[in-house]
Amino acid sequence: MEKENVIVTHELTKRFGDFTAVDNVSFAVQKGEIFGFIGANGAGKTTAMRMLCGLSLPSSGTATVAGFDVYKQNEQIKKHIGYMSQKFSLYEDLTIRENIRFYAGIYGLRDERIREKTDLLLQQLHMKGAERTLVRALPLGWKQKLAFSIAIVHDPAIVFLDEPTGGVDPITRREFWSLIYEAAGRGITIFVTTHYMDEAEYCNRVSIMVDGRIDALDSPANLMQQYASASMDGVFLQLARKAKRSGD
Amino acid sequence: MKTVTIEHIVKTYPAEHGTVEALKGISFEIDQGEVFGLIGPDGAGKTSLFRILTTLLLANSGNATVNGFDVVKDYKSIRNCIGYMPGKFSLYQDLSVQENLEFFATIFNTSIRQNYGLIKEIYEQIEPFKTRKAGQLSGGMKQKLALCCALIHKPTVLFLDEPTTGVDAVSRREFWEMLHRLKVQGITILVSTPYMDEASLCDRVALIQKGGLLSVNTPKGIISEFKKTLWSVSADDMFGFMKAIKKDPGVESCYPFGQVHHVVFKTEENSEAWLQQIAVQNNYNKAAIKVIEPNIEDCFMALMQD
Repeated sequence: MEKENVIVTHELTKRFGDFTAVDNVSFAVQKGEIFGFIGANGAGKTTAMRMLCGLSLPSSGTATVAGFDVYKQNEQIKKHIGYMSQKFSLYEDLTIRENIRFYAGIYGLRDERIREKTDLLLQQLHMKGAERTLVRALPLGWKQKLAFSIAIVHDPAIVFLDEPTGGVDPITRREFWSLIYEAAGRGITIFVTTHYMDEAEYCNRVSIMVDGRIDALDSPANLMQQYASASMDGVFLQLARKAKRSGD
Repeated sequence: MKTVTIEHIVKTYPAEHGTVEALKGISFEIDQGEVFGLIGPDGAGKTSLFRILTTLLLANSGNATVNGFDVVKDYKSIRNCIGYMPGKFSLYQDLSVQENLEFFATIFNTSIRQNYGLIKEIYEQIEPFKTRKAGQLSGGMKQKLALCCALIHKPTVLFLDEPTTGVDAVSRREFWEMLHRLKVQGITILVSTPYMDEASLCDRVALIQKGGLLSVNTPKGIISEFKKTLWSVSADDMFGFMKAIKKDPGVESCYPFGQVHHVVFKTEENSEAWLQQIAVQNNYNKAAIKVIEPNIEDCFMALMQD
């Protein structure tokens, strides 16, 4: 049985003047998949993600996200996706409970559903009793786990995670990945970028961008075999060293 | 003489309720010509220590010296002989590449030409953009310019606060190659990083967490401090296998590491048979189990748990 595709792109391209940031990219992401989106700084990851999130119009090519067209239905896309990055996450001067309520409200959840979700979320994160704590006072690891849970509070079809674990200690980093696995198990598709190559190995499939193109896309095991490398780090180095662009 | 000495340094910051202890009385020393890594996550206290050593912040108590100069009494002497690259890009965004470099050279009473040999290799990579404003450079180029500006007065000690954070694996490797070329020229380097895999590129490292040191040693020395047997395991359902292993009361820890999990038992008896049994009981197939040597991240996590 063929699995349902949540993201489908065909020759997706974005040009800025005479610079082609994303160059004829075609791929599909399946429902419930953990899809790693890897590339050097400047390879075009952020530009591609912005198009898929409905924040930037492509120059040419097609793409649908959660069944919606990136040209015509970008407002629908925004309602059906979650987004989290290390840089942008929560309001520091609101409490844990206020942040949950705020984001759930933004996504249009009803009051009753917000109450249920708040209880569930506090329980899952072992934050019961701390709900009146200002987010500013939380350790970074807690913040990141809370930000992830809030990014999927509206049960989106897909969640985009842009370097979600940067700077986090190694134990919290792994706890964070447990949350990712659980969300994927519930059918939420995970689209994740990272600079930690061991995290690339946790993904079902990994795409590697070089100079705006996707130069490799397969399961970590197949990629390691294809590039005769014992780790994703080795695969990445082989591909990224071919890049002509420098910096980001 | 040690190039850097740190003795019982305590630093606290005011917080909503009382104070936060950013550095809890830490001590260590750095030898001349070492590449010394300060390794730990955000909030460990790395930047506070850098700012104290570069004379930009006063400690609550404790002593520290750089090149034999006291960080409080002799701060002017220290500023003349060190280079500092902060974690946050701190050059003048509205000056060009060349203007920034000239500015820093002039501040230190020198010229670009005088010490050009030291930065030549790095500067040549950004020279094609020398008239571009620093604010308009890419992340990788900003990093190279900041390193040039930190080196232009030929410092004897270089402080690099998280130079590779957010940088991709290829650029990170290139950056470390640059550091080793500077080391050969006799510069002592203190570098901080949240990436545990970079520890092996340092002569010695200090593992730091929540303002305290977990260990100070050579990378090999830290690995030899890991006394328990470490098992690498995999099976067809990795997430399920991890849950089953973690449930077992005999297991001390089980962490995912890429394609495998790393497992430590509370006692050493029959660990392999034990893991096989967990796989069989839960119907996981293709179980692969072997003993491996720990890496720095294994050591860091074990020390965090102590």
